[in-house]
Amino acid sequence: MISILIRRILSLIVTLLVVSLLIFVVMDLLPGDPAAIVLGTSASPETLAALRTQMGLDQPLPVRYLAWLWGVFQGDFGQSYTYGVPVAGLIAERLTVTLPLALMAVLMSVGIAVPLGVQAAKKHNGMFDAVVGAVSYVSIAVPAFWVGLLSIILFSTLLGWMPAGGFPGWDAGLLAGLQALLLPAIALALPQAGVLTRVARAAVLDVMNEDYVRTARAKGLGEGAALWRHAVPNALVPVVTMIGMQFTFLIAGAVLVENVFNLPGLGRLAYQSLAQRDIVVMQDVVLFFSALVIVVNFLVDLLYLVIDPRLRVGVR
Amino acid sequence: MRQLLRRPVLLAGLVVTLFLFLVALLSLVWTPYPPSKMNIVHKLKPPFEFGLLGTDQFGRDVASALMVGAWNSLSTALLAVAIGATIGTAVGTVVAMRRGWVEQIVMRGCDIIFAVPPILSAMMLGAFIGSGRFTAVIAIATFMVPVFARLTLAAARQIWTRDYVAAAVGMGRSKLKITFVHILPNISNQIIVQVTIQLGLAILTEAGLSYLGLGMPPPNPTWGRMLADSQTFLGQAPWLALMPGLAIAIAVLGLNMLGDGLRDLLDPRSTP
Repeated sequence: MISILIRRILSLIVTLLVVSLLIFVVMDLLPGDPAAIVLGTSASPETLAALRTQMGLDQPLPVRYLAWLWGVFQGDFGQSYTYGVPVAGLIAERLTVTLPLALMAVLMSVGIAVPLGVQAAKKHNGMFDAVVGAVSYVSIAVPAFWVGLLSIILFSTLLGWMPAGGFPGWDAGLLAGLQALLLPAIALALPQAGVLTRVARAAVLDVMNEDYVRTARAKGLGEGAALWRHAVPNALVPVVTMIGMQFTFLIAGAVLVENVFNLPGLGRLAYQSLAQRDIVVMQDVVLFFSALVIVVNFLVDLLYLVIDPRLRVGVR
Repeated sequence: MRQLLRRPVLLAGLVVTLFLFLVALLSLVWTPYPPSKMNIVHKLKPPFEFGLLGTDQFGRDVASALMVGAWNSLSTALLAVAIGATIGTAVGTVVAMRRGWVEQIVMRGCDIIFAVPPILSAMMLGAFIGSGRFTAVIAIATFMVPVFARLTLAAARQIWTRDYVAAAVGMGRSKLKITFVHILPNISNQIIVQVTIQLGLAILTEAGLSYLGLGMPPPNPTWGRMLADSQTFLGQAPWLALMPGLAIAIAVLGLNMLGDGLRDLLDPRSTP
């Protein structure tokens, strides 16, 4: 178990290093001078040269990469050109919006998907199953940011229950903050819930025919108890896996939904850094998001080992 | 034909997808109005009052823009999936041929590419080479490569263990020849199914990119940018936000149904 863990962690570190190198090299290989992108076309050659030196662009690539990496290790992500502040602080600040948003969305999607999926599996091929199946199938095809737009029309414009966007900040109180994140989280959660419902249903159906569930029923456990005590916990493994696999899409969705609702999150920061040509910020945010996806999938892998002891032997 | 009637999902998917392709192709030769022609007198007219689906803030016909948007969206998605599927399949089959450390490295590489959402790679590309169809296609295609590489590797690996492949190896056939004669024909069904499903995903991604202004530049209408433009007029003209989103959802739904239907038909064993 320990040796597996060490091997996984080593592989995680290598993967993260390769991702950082890849992002750095790709940004370097792309045509265009970062200094010129930051300053625009009207900059004088002297200013350009000065900025290039300041950005360290006169150094060779390996030196720049190592310097950047060393900085990242020490929590120094570089300086933003437009905001004039350290990028690390900027990311930390924006995370206070994106993290709760993503968390709310994941919790909501699981909260919708697991009961629906279990219920559909319990009465599979029935009317309820058919309706749940159709709704979840359709919800997968619907873009999250469009759900956001529609919810603004319904809840803000027509009913006036919710703010149409923006974020008051956590200083305005927990409730106000959560309220501002509610519609965006729903928009993010619905397509995810569609995917997860299908996975949960299939997983429960699979497990229900296993011997131990049959044994549980045979020893006199009621249908509901057998389901929730034995079938559901086992069916959670594929659901958790799917959350990990869908994490890339959750982040992509967050970038869009934050822009729809004008939320000052990390996704909006990425978008703004593009508009403002703030390459340092963009590079760091892309690295951060990618590392997040990799770490989440790593954790899902670990969770596997905890949930399912069978996987602890015979690891590739 | 009778096969088709017994499979409602496949039939529905086929009908929707065909309709989508026809509308997209039709837009190349005919639209009710010129899609980018402004007509300020008729601005923000609701559906049926001017044209079939109303007009936008410049008086442009929404139905015409949606039709051209279908072409822009579909052609971008098709191009991206074609590139991604070709490279991914090539990588997957070659790796299945070689195995060993090559497989380890390529699969790790796939994990890494998969970790960067296409929206972020499009932003990186957009900063340097500018946004546009090229940026969108490259960003989406890059994301598709690991999807197809993983799929073909897993599928091809199974075929390599079959007896008839072992027989071919025993007869001294080269690995490349076996790949073309035995492996590719046997995994082509799974690839076709995946292409259909990924087309839906590509349309969703393209819409997101255009929404952020990373897709085709104006005045080319795209579904994503129509949604972005609609946001200013949500109170006055909600239909502007309704129609393009509906178009995206129907297109993706149709392609998903077609993909699942094809899977049932071509590859019944892997049906969930």
